[in-house]
Amino acid sequence: MSAVSDNEVKGLIDEIKDNQEELKQVVREPLVDNNPITLQVLGICSALAVTSQLTTTLTMCIALTSVTAFSSASISLIRNHIPSSIRIIVQMTIIASLVIVVDQILKAFAYEIAKSLSVFVGLIITNCIVMGRAEAYAMKNPPIMSFFDGLGNGLGYSLILIIVAVIRELLGSGSLLGYTILPTVQNGGWYVPNGLLLLPPSAFFIIGLLIWCFRTWKPEQVEQPDFKIMPAHSAEGGH
Amino acid sequence: MEGLISLFVKSVFVENLALAFFLGMCTFLAVSKKIATAIGLGIAVMIVLAITVPVNNLIYNSLLREGALSWMGLDQADLSFLVLLASIGVIAALVQILEMTLDKFFPALYHALGIFLPLITVNCAILGGSLFMIERDYTFTESVVYGVGAGFGWMLAITAMAGVREKLKYSDIPKGLQGLGSAFIIVGLMSLGFMAFSGIQL
Repeated sequence: MSAVSDNEVKGLIDEIKDNQEELKQVVREPLVDNNPITLQVLGICSALAVTSQLTTTLTMCIALTSVTAFSSASISLIRNHIPSSIRIIVQMTIIASLVIVVDQILKAFAYEIAKSLSVFVGLIITNCIVMGRAEAYAMKNPPIMSFFDGLGNGLGYSLILIIVAVIRELLGSGSLLGYTILPTVQNGGWYVPNGLLLLPPSAFFIIGLLIWCFRTWKPEQVEQPDFKIMPAHSAEGGH
Repeated sequence: MEGLISLFVKSVFVENLALAFFLGMCTFLAVSKKIATAIGLGIAVMIVLAITVPVNNLIYNSLLREGALSWMGLDQADLSFLVLLASIGVIAALVQILEMTLDKFFPALYHALGIFLPLITVNCAILGGSLFMIERDYTFTESVVYGVGAGFGWMLAITAMAGVREKLKYSDIPKGLQGLGSAFIIVGLMSLGFMAFSGIQL
């Protein structure tokens, strides 16, 4: 399995051939079964503030997914050479450099979006998904697998963000990606926009309800309560 | 002076890092189950923010900003793209130093904070504080006030959240909302409450 050797490239190719099944698994699992946001509680910080418009959300998703994938791959490449006592700093430096690249690209080609994302591009550095995958997966697995693991987790994050953004932009301002879908009353249409959805707190409600849906669909994700509530009249049985 | 007081109040209530910008949410949700631990983490965040924001301000203004290196004859040098790397480096290093200092001189506090100290490096609220400071171009004094205020606001928010969740332990919540789901909705409600401050002008 170890890819760090002289015929590294050959090792990488073999690795893909050997692990096709596992690869699919690694990409698919974080989407629903082990979603970084709804189950692992990672990377919520930025999930909420950027979702009022679909355009910014998509930019953020692409940025985060590519940073996670490439940082996992690069950390995994040098995983056998990182002394464990300074690994956090090494990981941080790699992640920060990748984020700087993304930040500069955004500023050069999509300045308006970069402005509206404000500090949140920089905050990808401390996004727990990136660090979490580096620490939990990339430090123990070969590069290609780590790349796809990063990709999968980035996509899991994107899935939730896009759902939230679609709900917020469609119902909050009657448009998607800036195009009018539901003509609002102000513009002579019929739709009365729900102003609450443009406010940041609404993202919390939407994610909270999404978690509820996910857990109704996949009951094994339900958390056990700290205290069981006793039924009022009989002291036995029941939840 | 008035400007500083209003900046402090603004950073605690109006622009609360946790409830208005949702920074540090991962730890916010994970560590808000008990009031005692929440206060411990809150204090740690406040200390680290109060130190790192001014230090990052000094580094940015004297090394990285455009024209800051003119004393070396490098008028054109603009290193501001290094801000992210520099800030996170400063934060990681300071947290490490703080950990060692506390261990040596204030062992009681060190043990109270325990595992939270190293975790603070990856808390978005800390990096967010520094980045907001740079985006808004605060002076050194303002950055000290902002650091303390933002940290205090975060502590206030997580303590309040822990209080609510402690009470909530005994309530009958629908199965799928148990734990994380209900936590999200509570934070949403608290954040709506904090939005009431947003019109305040001082």
